[in-house]
Amino acid sequence: MEFDKPQIEYGHLWPLLVVLGVACLGVLVEAFLPRERRRLTQTILAMLGLLAALGGAIWVGLDLPKLGDGVARGDLMMEGTLVVDGPTVFLWGLVLVFAIGGVLLFSERRLEGGVSAFAGQAAALPGTEAERQASTRGLEQTEVFPLLMFAVGGMMLFPAANDLLTMFVALEVLSLPLYLLSGLARRRRLLSQEAALKYFMLGAFSSGFFLYGVALVYGFAGSMRFADINEAVRNDTENQTLLLVGMGMLAVGLLFKVGAVPFHNWTPDVYQGAPTAVTGFMSACTKIAAFGALLRLFYVAFGSDRWSWQPMMWVIAILTMLVGSVLAIVQTDVKRMLAYSSVAHTGFILTGVLGVQAATDLADHEVTSLQAVLFYLTTYGFAMVGAFGVVTMVRDSGGESATFARWAGLGRRAPVIAGVFAFFLLSMAGIPLTAGFVGKWAVFTVALSAGAWPVVLVAILASVISVFFYVRLIWLMFFSEEPTEGEVAAVHTPSLATLVTVAVGAAGTLVLGVVPGPVLDLAAHAGEFIR
Amino acid sequence: MTDVTPYIVLSAILFTIGCVGVLTRRNAIVVFMCIELMLNSCNLALVAFAKQHGNLDGQIAAFFVMVVAAAEVVVGLAIIMTIFRTRRSASVDDASLLKY
Repeated sequence: MEFDKPQIEYGHLWPLLVVLGVACLGVLVEAFLPRERRRLTQTILAMLGLLAALGGAIWVGLDLPKLGDGVARGDLMMEGTLVVDGPTVFLWGLVLVFAIGGVLLFSERRLEGGVSAFAGQAAALPGTEAERQASTRGLEQTEVFPLLMFAVGGMMLFPAANDLLTMFVALEVLSLPLYLLSGLARRRRLLSQEAALKYFMLGAFSSGFFLYGVALVYGFAGSMRFADINEAVRNDTENQTLLLVGMGMLAVGLLFKVGAVPFHNWTPDVYQGAPTAVTGFMSACTKIAAFGALLRLFYVAFGSDRWSWQPMMWVIAILTMLVGSVLAIVQTDVKRMLAYSSVAHTGFILTGVLGVQAATDLADHEVTSLQAVLFYLTTYGFAMVGAFGVVTMVRDSGGESATFARWAGLGRRAPVIAGVFAFFLLSMAGIPLTAGFVGKWAVFTVALSAGAWPVVLVAILASVISVFFYVRLIWLMFFSEEPTEGEVAAVHTPSLATLVTVAVGAAGTLVLGVVPGPVLDLAAHAGEFIR
Repeated sequence: MTDVTPYIVLSAILFTIGCVGVLTRRNAIVVFMCIELMLNSCNLALVAFAKQHGNLDGQIAAFFVMVVAAAEVVVGLAIIMTIFRTRRSASVDDASLLKY
């Protein structure tokens, strides 16, 4: 057997390579630079890397080759293991924009009085002399920036993967740094470490399922490439069991990452326990990357076997929306409530996944389901990063304070910040003139046009339920009495970085709600997945 | 062509043992070993299918899986160690501050 040197298209892949390269550079900085210079260097390095990659993604997006006479544009890379097409570049852009928000939130130091929100020394035990020394000496774990960059690299690789092995490797590259990041909080370290343990155990368990699915689908198709799998799905009528079981197991792995019911149990624990900056980053970016991968796998590889997986998706979408919004009602912690609401959002996005797939099946000016999902992910990301940015600012003497009781009357103490938070909540609830409304409208339309009206009915019911708990929190902030006893939380002034993140989140949510046209057009321009 | 069914059946049995182990064992290290068992059963299946199809994809995938599993051990043991040093216990039931 002969091996040929693989051809690597650096011209189209460099945004991805820049991110991974900067991550490696960050590790070197940790090793060779003196401690006092590391923080600034790491922040600037990460920021420049992400900005360069974002510029690169736009550049690559502008000169994607058109494929045939269809709407699809893009090309296969690295001997067909990666594919850079319109949707890939769109998802790259989204991940990078919200990762920049993540770096800004990570770099916040004013709220903790001159140190970051991450553990001074992760190895020092909570409550010991070593931990006290680490905090008096102002130690910081600046490794969070390279970890974030590795995670971003994995997130960019995930939706671009065009074979099962690459997809598995990308899944691990994006997950492993996130497991570590969730365990690095400066305060409430027991909660944070517990979140890391749960995230890691369940994540590794689910990736085991994903991998066995890879093995079974490979056994069915004899190849890992999505195009070959699609070919085998069309022609092969024997071994259907291998295909169905394999498809189910792959779905378990991906649905775990997006946090769909019944694989959602990690979401509230990890979102609550992880440092809030990490929660903001991963709630937006992981979901974007994982939905990109989910769509590509199920549209490109299993697209011709739609009737086998669609009923499963129906059931999961319905369960996810209902469980997410019903459980969010009984929460008394803001971060945990946002986590359950993100589970409900997963359900709404899955509703969009059920829609019609090909642009050729549609009349002019109708949205495709890919376009609707991409738009929803954009609106969701802006609202989530912004909302968690606000949560980092609301504090009492013990650090961040997220219990409902402490938030009572916050709107009278800090009307602007509470107002911005209320705006994010309204967008998540899908009130007109916010981005969330347009996103919901888009996914419901595509699901309706595919005939999934029972799912849409449940989705509307779930939206109504979710309005209740969002509005209840707004009511609590603005109209309820301040508790007479006990401490209340106040909004502390953060550094410019956090303010910019929240402001961009709010601006994005508003603009997408009032003039959604350009971004919808951009998502339409992204075209379809190429095979 | 070799019949690979026995190997696939063996890999399915190993996967199930790992899966049941994750769900029933309480020690984080043992749970983690069961997850490794699941990954290794996947390797067996991949290699067996590679033999059946007569191409190398599955065998190469097995190498990648070993590397990924090694990386996962590094991250996983670091997290379990920290939890153990903090709580003096590696039981997954003891870490239960976050609920409902």
